[in-house]
Formats: sequence, C-alpha cells, structure tokens
Amino acid sequence: MSNINLIQETGIGEGWEPLLPGLIILLPLLGFFINGVLALWEAKKSAAIIREGNEDTTAGLNSSKAHSWPGWIGPGVIGVAFVLTLINFVRMLEGEASEPIIREYWTWMATGSLEIAAAIQIDQLAIIMVLIITGIGFLIHIFSVGYMHGDPGYPRYFAYLNLFIFFMLILVMGSNYPVMFVGWEGVGLCSYLLIGYWFDQEEKASAGKKAFIVNRIGDFGFLLAVFLLFTNLGTFDYGSIFARGEEVFEYGGPLVTTITLFFLLAAVGKSAQIPLYIWLPDAMAGPTPVSALIHAATMVTAGVYLVARSSLLFAMAPVSSAIVAGIGVFTAFFAATIALKQYDIKKVLAYSTVSQLGYMFLGVGVGAYTAGFFHLITHAFFKALLFLGAGAVIHSMHYALHQTHKDWDAQDIRNMGGLRKCMPITWITMWIATLAISGIWPFAGFFSKDEIIWMTGSIAGADNAPYPGLYTVYWVMALVTAMLTVIYMTRLMIMAFHGMNRTGSKEFGHLHEAPKHMWIPLVVLAVFSVIGGWINVSKDIQQSFLGGFGNIPMAGWLHHWLEPVTESAHHIQEIHWGAISHSAPLGGGEVAWGALSTTAALIVLIVTVWMVRSDKISVATEDSDPRGLSKVIYNKWYVDEFYGHIFIRTLQRLSKFAWRIVDIKIIDRSVGIVAGGMRALGWLASLTQSGQVNTYAFIFTVGILLIFGIVIF
Amino acid sequence: MLNFFSYNDWILHSLVWIPIVGMVHVLWSPEERAKYLALGWSTVVLVLSLGLWWAYDPAINIGGYQLSSSHSWIRQWGASYSLGIDGISIFLVLLTTLTTPIAILGSFNYITKKEKSFYALMLLLEFGVIGVFTALDLFLFYVFFEMTLIPMYFIVGIWGGERRIYAAVKFFLYTAFGSLLMLVAILYLYLRAKTLTGVPSFAFIDLFQISLSPTEQIWLFSAFALAFAIKVPIFPFHTWLPDAHVEAPTPGSVVLAAVLLKMGTYGFVRFLLPLFPVASQHPTVVMIMMTLGVVGIIYAAWVAAVQPDAKKLVAYTSVAHMGFVVIGIFALNINGLQGGMLVMISHGISTGTLFLLLGMLYERRHTREIEDFGGLSLVAPWLATAFVITALASIGLPGTSGFVGEFLALLGAFESHPVIGGLATTGVIFAAYYMLPMVQRIHFNPLDKDKNSKIQDLSRREIIILAPMISLMIWIGVYPTPFLERMEPSVKAIIENVEASTSLNDSEDNKYEIISSVPELIIHTSNIDDNKIADHLNSDETVN
Repeated sequence: MSNINLIQETGIGEGWEPLLPGLIILLPLLGFFINGVLALWEAKKSAAIIREGNEDTTAGLNSSKAHSWPGWIGPGVIGVAFVLTLINFVRMLEGEASEPIIREYWTWMATGSLEIAAAIQIDQLAIIMVLIITGIGFLIHIFSVGYMHGDPGYPRYFAYLNLFIFFMLILVMGSNYPVMFVGWEGVGLCSYLLIGYWFDQEEKASAGKKAFIVNRIGDFGFLLAVFLLFTNLGTFDYGSIFARGEEVFEYGGPLVTTITLFFLLAAVGKSAQIPLYIWLPDAMAGPTPVSALIHAATMVTAGVYLVARSSLLFAMAPVSSAIVAGIGVFTAFFAATIALKQYDIKKVLAYSTVSQLGYMFLGVGVGAYTAGFFHLITHAFFKALLFLGAGAVIHSMHYALHQTHKDWDAQDIRNMGGLRKCMPITWITMWIATLAISGIWPFAGFFSKDEIIWMTGSIAGADNAPYPGLYTVYWVMALVTAMLTVIYMTRLMIMAFHGMNRTGSKEFGHLHEAPKHMWIPLVVLAVFSVIGGWINVSKDIQQSFLGGFGNIPMAGWLHHWLEPVTESAHHIQEIHWGAISHSAPLGGGEVAWGALSTTAALIVLIVTVWMVRSDKISVATEDSDPRGLSKVIYNKWYVDEFYGHIFIRTLQRLSKFAWRIVDIKIIDRSVGIVAGGMRALGWLASLTQSGQVNTYAFIFTVGILLIFGIVIF
Repeated sequence: MLNFFSYNDWILHSLVWIPIVGMVHVLWSPEERAKYLALGWSTVVLVLSLGLWWAYDPAINIGGYQLSSSHSWIRQWGASYSLGIDGISIFLVLLTTLTTPIAILGSFNYITKKEKSFYALMLLLEFGVIGVFTALDLFLFYVFFEMTLIPMYFIVGIWGGERRIYAAVKFFLYTAFGSLLMLVAILYLYLRAKTLTGVPSFAFIDLFQISLSPTEQIWLFSAFALAFAIKVPIFPFHTWLPDAHVEAPTPGSVVLAAVLLKMGTYGFVRFLLPLFPVASQHPTVVMIMMTLGVVGIIYAAWVAAVQPDAKKLVAYTSVAHMGFVVIGIFALNINGLQGGMLVMISHGISTGTLFLLLGMLYERRHTREIEDFGGLSLVAPWLATAFVITALASIGLPGTSGFVGEFLALLGAFESHPVIGGLATTGVIFAAYYMLPMVQRIHFNPLDKDKNSKIQDLSRREIIILAPMISLMIWIGVYPTPFLERMEPSVKAIIENVEASTSLNDSEDNKYEIISSVPELIIHTSNIDDNKIADHLNSDETVN
C-alpha cells in the first residue's frame, strides 16, 4: 500500500512490480542449451551411421530419447515464458504504469568514455512484442512437434528455434541500442541457421547465406546510426536519447535525418523492404513453421519495431519519415504484383508478407505509429495462420506424393485443388486468415489496414503537412494494393482448396487432415484473426460497425496503451504538421471509406472466385510457360538477375582484380623488384671481392687519396 | 595468497625463462617424449601466468608498469634487463601463454619429423614472444623482437608445405628489412637521449622523457612504423603473410596469427604513441595510417573472398582484422584504442582457432582447397559446430569476442574521423561475404565426395584444444568488462600523453630539453627509477 501511495504522491515510479522478467529471456536460452546438447549427441550418432555407409540416417533414431525430449522441452520453455509474460502483462494493466521498468544485470562494456549495460526494459511497446513472440512462438513450437516429427535433425531444430526466441526477446527487451543489436544480429543468425536447416541441399544453404549477407547490409546502417547517436548524445540508452533528442537535434535537420536514414537501412534489411527484400522469398527454403515464426510473425517485423521504438527521431525527420512511408507503400504494391503470378504456395505468402510489411512501414512512416504497430499484431496472427496452414497442406501433399513415389512439387498450387474435402479445418481456418488479410469486416486485418490507409489519407490533408501530394499518391497506392491482396489470396485459396483435385487419384487417398498438434494452433490463431482487431477499434468504426454488439470497452485501447511510448513523437508531429484533417483526400469519413473498402474487397473477392476457373488449371508439369507481362511478373520483375549483374558480379570482379592484379602482379611483384634490386647491389659489391690483392691495393690507394683530397680541400 | 609466494617478484622472470628450461629439457630427452615435455612445460607457464590476472591491479600505479624489476645488463651501453607489465601487455602475455600449449597440443599429429627440434623451437618462440611483451628496455625488446624471427623461420622452413623455403625466406627478409630500419631509429634515439641526459640508457621510461623535434619525430616514427607495419601486417606490406600462413604447419600458423602479428600492433601502442606523440597525431600521419587501415579492412576482405585455399582465405582475414586494430589505435581516443586492443585479443583467439580447425581438416583430408570439402556437418557435426561458432566470432557476431572489439574500434574511429569510420564499418558486410561462403562450401552442401564421408569427428584431444578457445570467445563477447577495466588506465595514460604533447609542441623553445612538465605517464612509472638505481648499486657491489 505504501508503495502505491508513494507513487501517487510523486507522480512517477514504476507502479507495478514485474515478475522475474529476466527469466522470460533465460528460459528459451535454457531450452537452447538442453536441445543443443541433445542435438550434438544425436548428430554424432547419425554421423557414425553415415561413415559406415548406411544411407538411411533416420533408422533407429526416432525411438531414442533425444528424439522425444525436444518435443517437450522446446515448446515447454516457451510456454512457461508465455505464462510469465501474461502475468506481467496483467500486472502492468493493473498497475497503470507509465515509466518503463529497467533491470540492469551487468556492465557489458565500459571503456572509460562509454558504458553499456546489459539491461532490459519493459514498457508498453516491449510487452506487446513479448506477448506476440512467446504466444505465437509457443503455438508454432507446438505445430512444429507435429510438422518436424521424424526429421533426423529434430533436436537441432528445436535448439535453433529456442535460440531464435531468446534473441528475439533480447531485441525487443533491450534497454539500449547495442543490446538491441545483439538481438538484431542474433535473430539474423538463427534465421540463417533455420533457412539452411537442411544444409546438405546447396540451394537451401545458399538461401540462408543470402539472408545473412543481405541483413548485414542493414546491420551496417544500424551501426552507423548508433555511432552517430553516440557522438552527438554520448549515450546509447533509449531513456536518455529520447529525453534529450528534442533539444539536441533540430527538427528536420541533416543530423537527425541521417541517423533515421541509417536506421531505415537497417529496418529495410531486416523487414525485407525494397531494395533489400530479395532474401525473404528465398528464405522459404526453411521449414514452414520457421517461415511462419521468423519470416512472417516476428523477426521481419523488427524493422517496424525499430521505427516505432525510435518514433521520436523519425518524427523529427519528416524527410526520412516520408521515405519510410514511400518505401513501404511501394514495396507493398510491388510485392503484391509478384504474388499474383507465383505458383509456389510459400512464395505467394512470402511476397504477401513483404507486401504487408510495406503497409506497416507506411503506417509508421506517416506518423501513425500505433496503426503500423497494430497491423504488426494482427498480421502476426493471420500470416502465422496462413503459413501454418500452408505447412499443413505441404505436410499432407508431401506425405501423399511420398507414398506413391511421385516426384511432383508438393508446394505448387497447380498440383493441389479440392483439398477442402480432406483438410476441412485447414481449409476453414485459412479462409478466415484470407478474409482477415483482405481487410474484410469484421476480421482483424480490416481494422488495422483500414487505420493505416485512413491515417495516410488524413495526413495528406493535415494543415502544414509536408508534401501533401505525395501522401495522396501513397493513399491511392495503398488502396489499390488492398485490392491486389484480395486477388492473390483468393487465387491461392481457390487453386489449393476448391475445384477438382489435380494431385492424382492414387495420391488423393493419402491426403489427410493435419494431426492435432498442428490443427489446434491453427484454430487458436484463427480465433485471434477474427477478434484480434478489436484491441484498437477506432471510436467511429466501433459505433457504426459494431453498434449492434454494444460498446466494446477495447475501443482505441492499443492507441491509449502505447501513448507513453509514442506521445512525444505525436506531439512533435502535431506542432509541425498541424491538426490532421480526419478526412480522406476525396472527402468522406473513416466509416464511409471503411465501408467502401470492405465492400470493394468483397466484390473483388467474388470476381476473383469467378475468374479463377479451377477446372482450367493444368498441373505444374504440363503447364505452359507464362508469356508477356505475366512472364516478367512470374520472374519477379528480374530484380534478382539485375542485382546479380550489377552488384554481385561487380563485387566478385573487384575481388578477383584485387587478388590477381593488385596483390600478385603489383604489390608482390614490386616487393620482388626491391628484393631483386638488393640482390643486384649485393652482386655488384661482390664483384669488388675478386680476391686479387693488387685490385684491393688499387682501391685502397684511391680511397686514401680521395679522403685526403676531401680533408685538404 | 599470491603475495604469500611473493608471486609478483618472480613471475615475469619465470615466464620468460621457463620456456628455455623446457627447451633444454626437450633437447636432452628422447625424441618420442618431446611433445609431452613441451606440452608440460608450456602448461606450467600457462598455469603460472594465470596469476597475472589478479596480480596486476589496475587501481594502483595507474597507467604505469607493474611487477617491474630492472637489472643492469650491458653497463657501458646502458642496456638493462628490465621486465614489467601494464594493462596493455598483460593480455598479450596471457594470449601467448595460452596459445603456445594449445598450438603444441594441436601439433601432436601434424608434426611427424624432427619432433625434438620442433618442440624446442616452439618453446624458444614462446621465450622470445613473452620477452617482447614484458621488456621495459628498448635494447632488450629489440633482441627479443629479432629473436622471434629465428624459430619461426625454421618452423616454416622445415615443417612447412611444398613452397616452405620460399615462404620462410620471404617472411624473414620482409620482417628483417623492417627491423633493420627500426634498429637505425633505435640507435638514433639512444644517442639523442644520451646527449640530452648524459647517461646512456635504453629504458622506456628514460626514452619517453626526451623531447624530439617534430621533424625528428616524423622520421623516427616512419622507421618504427614501417617495421611494425610489416609485422602487423598493414596493407600494402602484407604479401608475406598469406605465403607464410599457407606454408607454415598448423602450430606455426596458430602462433603466427595469435601472437606474432600482435608484436606489430603492440609496437604501435607501446612505442609510436608514447615516443612520438607529435608525429602520431600529425594530421597527415593519422590520415595515412587510417587510410591504410580502412583499405586493409576492405581490400583484404575482397581478396579473401575469392581464395580457393581455405588457409589463405583465413590469412587474408587477418589483414582485415589488423585493419580494425590500426584504425582503433590511430583514432587516438579511448574507445578506439580499447577496441583495438580487444580486437587483438579476440583475433588471437578466433583466428588462432580457425587455423587449428583448418589443421584438423588438413590432417583428415590432406588438402586445404575449399573445393575438396562439402557436407562435413553430416559426418563431423562437432567439428562443424566448432567451426561455425569460431567463424561467427571472427566476423564479429554480437555475443562473441569479435563484436566488442570491432564495435569499440569502429566507434572510436567514427568519433575522430566519421568518414573513415563509416567506410571501415562496411567491413562487417564484407566479413560475411568472405566467411559464410567458405563455411557453406566446407560444412554444408551435399556430402558428394567419397573421401569426405569417412572423415572422423573431433577426438578427445581436439575437444580439449577447442573448448577453452570457444569459451573465451563467448566470455569476452558477453562480459568483456574485466578485460576492458584492466586495460583502461594504461590506455588512458597513453591517450593523455599524446594529447598533452599538443600543447608542448606549440612552444618551440623546449625542443631539445627534457620536458619540464612531465607527462602523466612518466610520473606513474617513476618508481622504476628507484629500482634501477638500487640495482645499479647492487650490481656494483657484486662486481667489486
């Protein structure tokens, strides 16, 4: 009681007592160690089998303890961490905290002119991220128990997955930028390891490597941004940076713009935005639950988290913010076009993820930090669901094709069709996710996407908004992209689940619904894909759309919740941009546009259902190659080829030039010449040592005479 | 506990001389026992040296030498046998005492001919290197510095690969060339000091006190810098290194990478900055050094990326890592110098371990070509795990030793020269560009070569070698503070000394006099003077 009184009196203070926050991070690490040891043990045994020349490495391994424990330990530690997070979240709700809680564990680096603490910070932004990471992470761990069953690297898989959660938690819970960077690169490492999980296939190992190297380009930006912050503020801590940022930096000045642009480079790398998005589609080489967890729900959203975390800096740099929004909306549109023509179920979802991340960037770029973050949350639900659903489909397809020894691609939607009959749960839950991502009321995606688009339009009409024309363009592109989203998702659903089955009559009998380890997570995520949007229903929308359900107490909850984190950014924006118009560039209120967009989405959906004639689809092996624009889009606008020619080949040429020409021909040869010159001098000198006494006497005399001459004259 | 044995009084002498005792023992014993004896003696040195961690107290005699002692050696020249450590040399001594037994244990299978001579030379090398890092007398330093050349020359030349003679001679000529220039500079410095003070002396503390004109400083700086730059090596003096590394036997490569290169960077920190503070911060000099550092980082990374020979690849990465050290040092601020020091330690551990691992692969497959491997994770998962962790530490993944050093060095460089610091930061991208493809082509990808499918995983001996190294990588990455706080006072003193010289340089009149306002560094080290005088007296008595 006395504590509470004290807080009320002083007006500051923690307001609540966190329960073992460090343990939330430590548990996944513990899981990593246990699973890691099991994995090393397991790998040693299978290595011995391979050395003996036995091809089938899985023989006799599945029954061992090392193969059943990870299925308990892996999800177990994450589950406990999730429960702990929930307890803390509830305490935080009750405590009505405004100040972040900081726990310092040890001094990480201290040189005498800087000090970086190994410290975590729990605030409104972090706790939501932790909830998503441990919550969805837990579901995906459970899904993996079924999905990865029988894989020879089972314990290694869970070791990596636990390690990923550990680093992701460090990323969002760190209380300064260097600690965030530990998580930032750590998740990149886990992504690398998990994309290349089946490392003995060159294509998959290469995809992992590509992801790591591209991410490092972003990390370069992160480091420079942090260096600039330190040289100007003398600290790395969020608290001091955001407290003093406003006085140190000039609004719109070159310094804060440079810092935010470097942060943007980091975010673009991690969140797979143009121009660094190229690694994410390749990352689909990893196991599908990994794609759901890392490449949809959590890691790739780290860039959005970074911008939201640094909202004060971005709010002070309108140019950077406009670029963030521009990159976001353009990526959203561009990736959506590619998704239209992909046949690999995971590739469609990968480009869809890139596109949706673009929406989040648009949100945080227009200063609607809450809206961007809101979409991050809802997207985590429905995109994880879509990926897990795709995982269930692939699992089933793979099994069926394996049973009949058919070497078809288990991921090609042209080879599917009619799956709803054998996989009803997957079918329904994936439709829920599709409706959510399409932004159809009342599913979660509607609320978050609508808010981003709405805020974009509103900014365009703000009193002193910079570049109102630009924001109008963004707004139109966002609306168009929303329709593209409906098209590619509906196309995927129809081709995979509806119409006649194309897998083959023998195979069809082997197709089956996912086991309960896998469908339970699907159902849970489906529930959240429906109700997840209610955490931030705007007041207008609530009254018009949900009036019939009575007053939901959650209206605007997220916005209110994140206020301690975002209010100073909003404040700056308000000062400089003036009041936001709260009307779209073409007039009309939020409710009208919401109704319009959801109706339009429904119409597009119906038209797409009608357009995609599943009876006209031919299977992958018989399908004709796409032509014209389709071909360009199918080949992803040839961006990878372009990069390959311009950057990678140039770098390789430079490297070879540096080695073969500079190092060998120039440097080493000139060293050789110097050495040769020395030898020549030595040879000249050796001529004098002819052994003939009279020559010596002659030289001696000349020398003496010379010396005398010098002395005398 | 340590004081009870009066540890501080004898430890440095023991560390220097025990390897010689061990060498004699090895030479006088039968061939087959040589490796065990060498391992035993170097382990004794390692165990004894661990006490330094506690014996060196950063809180006392701030910025000065500790555990120091001085004995007259060649009286007429003023050369003395003086040993001591500070926050800079302590880690290099420990790095040496750690890597020597590990390298010896790592050569058990690799070295099959003339074992006795080999292990004797390894101990001789340890003697020389520890001497270099503990000497407090320039003459003594130079003797040790040159002495390390001889065992390394033979190690490469006798137990090396096919082109061993070429590599050994190249190594010898390159470094000897630099050393000779340095010798000239040392003699000039000595004579100058003698004319100023009237007393001949090579002791650091005496030499640090003489005031040199800026022109003299530039010339002497250049001579010293060239010698050390070849040793480090700094681009464009690096071409001896890939050849030496490729031809050297595994233990030779390990010691070369882990400690011999550090003699160069140690020279920068120990001599260039304190002796020639004016030259060290001359804008042109700083620009040249920083530029060479950055070029080294980027250029060496590019060259490394296209090497077909794994050992050569790692050799080039050493040049890149040393680039980080150079930009850290010539940032001339605390973050940079601390970072540079930490990169030295971290590079010693991670690159040393990479060479050990490549040696293990060579023992199994008798090839160094990256092409010849593939899919080793399947048959040698433990080896692959160790390799991946070490490779990640080498490219500076946060949480490993590589990150802390690089982060601080880059930050320091960025603080004083943002553009150079920024360019150097691209090194993190290129590090991934050279390291990951190698890891993939050796340990991942299909296991499609028959010879590879019979490869054995790590033996117990190899695990014993790798475990401490990997633990250190993680420890320094997670909790580098004990290292940083030990080096901080010494680093601070050096930086303050350099900064103090700016004001001195402005007044021309005290050019040829002993500096009246004695810099920080000298005040704290003055206790050695007393020792020395006492020793002078003592030795006089004994002689008489």
